[in-house]
Amino acid sequence: MTKSPAAAAEIAPPSNPLPGFNLTLGFSVVYLTLVVLVPIAALALKALGLSWNDLWILGTNQRALAAYQFSLTASLAAAFINALFGSLLAWVLVRYEFPGRRFFDGLIDFPFALPTAVAGLTLANLFSAHGWLGRFLVPLGITGAYSRLGVVIALTFVGLPFSVRTLQPVIETLDVAVEEAAACLGAGRARTFARVVGPTLLPAALTGFGLSFARALGEYGSVVFISGNLPGTEIAPTLIVIRLDQYDYTGAIAVALVLMIFSFALLLTLNTLQGWAARIEEP
Amino acid sequence: MKPLSRTTSRSAPAPLPSPPAVKWSLIALAAIFLAIFLLLPLINVFAQAFARGWSPFWRALSDPDTGSAVRLTLMVAAISVPLNAVFGLTAAWAIAKFDFRGKALLLTLIDLPFAISPVVAGLLFVLLFGANGWMGPWLEAHHLKVIFAPPGMVLATLFVTFPYVARELIPVMHSQGREQEEAALTLGAGGWQTFWRVTLPSVKWGLFYGIILCNARAMGEFGAVWVVSGHIAGETDTLPLRVDKLYNEFDPVAPFAVATLLGLLAVATMLLKAFLDWKGRREL
Amino acid sequence: MLRRLFTLGIALAGTALPVWAGKAVSLLNVSYDPTREFYQDINTAFVKYWKTRTGDDVTIRQSHGGSGKQARAVIDGLEADVVTLALALDIDALHDRAHLLPENWQQRFSNNSCPYTSTIVFLVRHGNSKAIKDWDDLARPGVSVVMPNPKTSGGARWIYLAAYGDALKKHHGDDAAARQFVEQLLRNVPVMDEGARGSATTFVQHDIGDVLVAWENEALMIADGFGRGRFDFVYPPRSILAEPPVAVVDKYADQHGTRALATAYLEFLYSPEAQEIAAKHYFRPSLEDVARRHAASFPSLELFTLKEMFGSWKQAQKTHFDEGGVFDQIARGRR
Repeated sequence: MTKSPAAAAEIAPPSNPLPGFNLTLGFSVVYLTLVVLVPIAALALKALGLSWNDLWILGTNQRALAAYQFSLTASLAAAFINALFGSLLAWVLVRYEFPGRRFFDGLIDFPFALPTAVAGLTLANLFSAHGWLGRFLVPLGITGAYSRLGVVIALTFVGLPFSVRTLQPVIETLDVAVEEAAACLGAGRARTFARVVGPTLLPAALTGFGLSFARALGEYGSVVFISGNLPGTEIAPTLIVIRLDQYDYTGAIAVALVLMIFSFALLLTLNTLQGWAARIEEP
Repeated sequence: MKPLSRTTSRSAPAPLPSPPAVKWSLIALAAIFLAIFLLLPLINVFAQAFARGWSPFWRALSDPDTGSAVRLTLMVAAISVPLNAVFGLTAAWAIAKFDFRGKALLLTLIDLPFAISPVVAGLLFVLLFGANGWMGPWLEAHHLKVIFAPPGMVLATLFVTFPYVARELIPVMHSQGREQEEAALTLGAGGWQTFWRVTLPSVKWGLFYGIILCNARAMGEFGAVWVVSGHIAGETDTLPLRVDKLYNEFDPVAPFAVATLLGLLAVATMLLKAFLDWKGRREL
Repeated sequence: MLRRLFTLGIALAGTALPVWAGKAVSLLNVSYDPTREFYQDINTAFVKYWKTRTGDDVTIRQSHGGSGKQARAVIDGLEADVVTLALALDIDALHDRAHLLPENWQQRFSNNSCPYTSTIVFLVRHGNSKAIKDWDDLARPGVSVVMPNPKTSGGARWIYLAAYGDALKKHHGDDAAARQFVEQLLRNVPVMDEGARGSATTFVQHDIGDVLVAWENEALMIADGFGRGRFDFVYPPRSILAEPPVAVVDKYADQHGTRALATAYLEFLYSPEAQEIAAKHYFRPSLEDVARRHAASFPSLELFTLKEMFGSWKQAQKTHFDEGGVFDQIARGRR
């Protein structure tokens, strides 16, 4: 944030001359408290009132552990696939001109715009035995619906825009001079990419990975339709809903707490990463 | 805080052009991936909706419960999106135009709903307003219904879509600095005038962007709303919940028919976004 | 622009206010899972009947889900005017936990407040390649059984008790043997959905399992209608007589001023017209002549009652389904 010295000298008061600080900050904090902080406090307070022993047991029993494990592995797999294809997509969309480029670029936003329930519904249908893709894949043994693979497919879908959109701006602002220099010094294209371009993109790629990982962890709507509800395909949010259905509040809160704590840690890591990426971008 | 889905869509060709073989095979790979993974699911929604012809499709859409779901979805969005937009503007003003201690903390807190699974978000409101919740007895005494009723669904949606507009506006306002506003003030403009005439027009594309994303999420939210809804057809079912309900009623066409409405919403969102991108770039 | 958006928002919110505030004359019927289609027809008929009788327009809103879960929702504040659940115990809970209706609710309508009865049968894939004929076959290794979760679904509890009861009869009252049988059966269940309809979806739409253990009405509805040619129903020689009751929820009905309407609605279920609709949807009518007329659609099988095998629902719930009961013990890993 820069204050142009001339303007500051002209206006005279050393403090910020813009009005409305107290009003806007006050309103923002009150709104934030009411909408976000109070509900979270409700969870914390309710949890405090419960038996720690019960919470621990229900938060770490066999079924819960299996749910965490599957949530983590499926989300990691999805984030990884997104990192891979996302990088490819971002590179192709920025560096190459081809007919339909604008259209494909716009299409990337589709998972952001589409309600998760519809995503799950249509993906499950596509990969089921009678679906357009499933009718070829299922005979080959690839069941993309009502299976663990199905969950990974859905999680990949919802997180795709993150990896592409974090990489695109960075690729656009790559310093062309550096690449040219490398070429002058005799580096081949592959070498240039690996040693020069790659590392510059790394922070953004990691951020994209982290964002789609975080997104996948909390996803519920699409998984409802594509998981088939089998115990092996149960993610943590599903377990929370199942326990709520049984009015096992303690059990639901236990899993919710674990999820929240993990997500907060992830959020902090991501913010740090984004800070790092920003510092690298600014020359 | 990075904006959510900033796309500049600019092409920035490399100084060393790739050999055509590499270039075109990469493009082909990308195109195939996108076609299978993004385009096909979208087309499939419409294909399945019309799989048995126009009549079952129309029947599903003209069901009165579907009409109620549309109205409820619109109402929830109509309340949560403007509220979060106002918040986004005020928060962005405070954060981007001023320096103060605790700014980083505030930014992290604003991001919180992103880190929380929608199902957990719904649970939070059940714990707060449910019959056995914090405020349950008070609500009961005043005959107010929040959980199992539309107000609960609005609150849950408000929570889940909370950061969207703020996240778009803060970097935009930040990158614009204070000069324009300071200049307006020296010219004698009042605070509100400055805001409406100077700040707002310069961030309007970012604002619309954020509103579109916020709206798409508000109308499409499933997990949080599922937990607080009473699942009463015609009353507490939004469109996504209705899709789920129809899916459980053995009709192969109905859930897809209702899903086409949401699919059209998605297409409209994408088109608007692309339009805003184009406009934003033109004005640069 | 913002101003315009705001006004639009308020306007839209305004049009939806009627939804929010509740319609003039309406009833909320909180029901269990497999009755969706049945109540669609009943409600259409009742609306017409009420209009003819009183000239008033009435709207019936429905909520469906696992019976246990629905009962808990009503206790937690879902303002049902009437409940039409899968077992008496779930309605007893409305009295015990929240005093929503009087203790003697079941005597307020005929036949112990059960306008129709049902039973538990099997649905298999066409051809019945695993040759499933009786309860014992469900415990055979290699057979995959689909049923809902007894913790949330009333139907699942009827299923469990039907299996247990049949085993008791087969082993002459040997409790340990019955328990072992049910344990083996549960081990063959890959997934337990929240309600009967969820299990049906899993079996029918997701192609999971060899056999669906289901309400008779659900099995017949699928085999005769939607799934004709793909599924066959199989009647075991013996099953349990399932009695799903109905009740007015006094507290909410009085609050809404709908008590007379709610009572009339439930009484309507016993009328010849409604009983015909019940039979059409494969529920066993309680009205004698309607039952006689449709006797052919309901294959005969030996039916035992819950009372005879387990004493009462309260006892069965305490022994089998409560926290730490037999179900928890044998389904240990499932919680």
